[in-house]
Amino acid sequence: MKVWQCVVCGFIYDETQGLPEEGIKPGTKWADIPENWACPDCGVAKADFEMIEV
Amino acid sequence: MKPIVVLGSGLAGYSVIRELRKLDRDIPVTLVTRDSGDFYSKPMLSNAYAQGKDAAGLVLTRAAEMAAQLGITLLAETEVHAIDRTNKKLATSAGELAYDRLVIALGADPIRIPVQGDAADAVMSVNDIADYAQLRKSVQGVGHITIMGGGLIGCEFANDWATTGYKVSVIDPGPYPLASLMPEQAGKQLLAPLAAIGVDWHFGTSVSRVDRRENGYTLTLADGTQLQTGLVISAVGLRPRIALAQAAGLEVNRGIKVDAYLRSSDPAIFALGDCAEIDGKVQPFVLPIMHAARALAKTLSGCETPVVFPAMPVVVKTPAHPVAVLPVARDAVGNWQLRANSDGVKMAFLDAEQCMTGFVLTGRYAAERNEMSKQLGHPLPAVAESPLPGAKE
Repeated sequence: MKVWQCVVCGFIYDETQGLPEEGIKPGTKWADIPENWACPDCGVAKADFEMIEV
Repeated sequence: MKPIVVLGSGLAGYSVIRELRKLDRDIPVTLVTRDSGDFYSKPMLSNAYAQGKDAAGLVLTRAAEMAAQLGITLLAETEVHAIDRTNKKLATSAGELAYDRLVIALGADPIRIPVQGDAADAVMSVNDIADYAQLRKSVQGVGHITIMGGGLIGCEFANDWATTGYKVSVIDPGPYPLASLMPEQAGKQLLAPLAAIGVDWHFGTSVSRVDRRENGYTLTLADGTQLQTGLVISAVGLRPRIALAQAAGLEVNRGIKVDAYLRSSDPAIFALGDCAEIDGKVQPFVLPIMHAARALAKTLSGCETPVVFPAMPVVVKTPAHPVAVLPVARDAVGNWQLRANSDGVKMAFLDAEQCMTGFVLTGRYAAERNEMSKQLGHPLPAVAESPLPGAKE
């Protein structure tokens, strides 16, 4: 499980926790999130995220 | 071929270049910045301390790497003195620079409220990564921090510092937290949760004097109250940087005036971000910048594209009591309706046709901002529970 961070606003996506409030179940891998998904805090596209250390 | 020149290496400047490069790898771009050109997340300045991040830890990508990734010429530590619009040239501390088109993304300066006292100059603002580095240095050995301003940044700072064990006082002349964004019933939700982590609120007053004493400062408030503190931070708002544009004869108001194409009164000059006033509105938040950057990149690549803003809720990063708000204009006609209130509030602003045009979600409701955004412009179902106290506010 990895942790990803939005390069724009610092929002963190933790694969272990998912984003249940957005319908993304805990344990959902980054690769399995739809391409049209956007950062809930600042709206940047998935392609603009960057991985940070676990 | 003369380059597109971008002034400013903040989120606005870098985003418009990043978006442009998705459309065109070849068009020459020069970025001029008085800073180092390192790319960092500005929104994190007000919540980085609790995450244990120092200034270097906030840098997401170093300047040289940004320049290489984006294929641009980067002029760092470079001041722009003037724009010569007739000859399409800039006068800079690194010499003359010709532009084909110019993008102004210079951001905003913190507003400073004048205070009296022998330590008035010790009041800090935290508007960029260098300020943040200074703040981390200044906070060494301090136990109590005072924040002037109970708006979005003031509340975020208060939460961030209180979480890490500091006592924090917030002083604001308004009546309650986040007063410019939401009605009283919603703003007041922050009072108890932040007080519980060590925030001491002072509303309806302001700082009159800051005087030095041993190991810190004595503050005197307009209502006569005196406070002993170790550090004073001012977070009372931002003023768009318009001086360069104004001196060049561009139309300015609060910000640099641009149309929906981000175009100023000079067709070769564009502006976006915190320095810009787009169709009469200054919107110093991340989401408007991202939308403006995408539209402007298309226009710069040859496909004229107006920016269209969707609903853009603002998230206040106060983990002690999270808040998401879609503010309404000060003169909007309608009223706030309370729709739920346990561990926070859910409030909707209904216009004359009973359609929702704004909302505030606090506490456990904050996570519902996407569902609420989807219901914008529609009448809402009747509130399920029995009428709540204060529902007509």
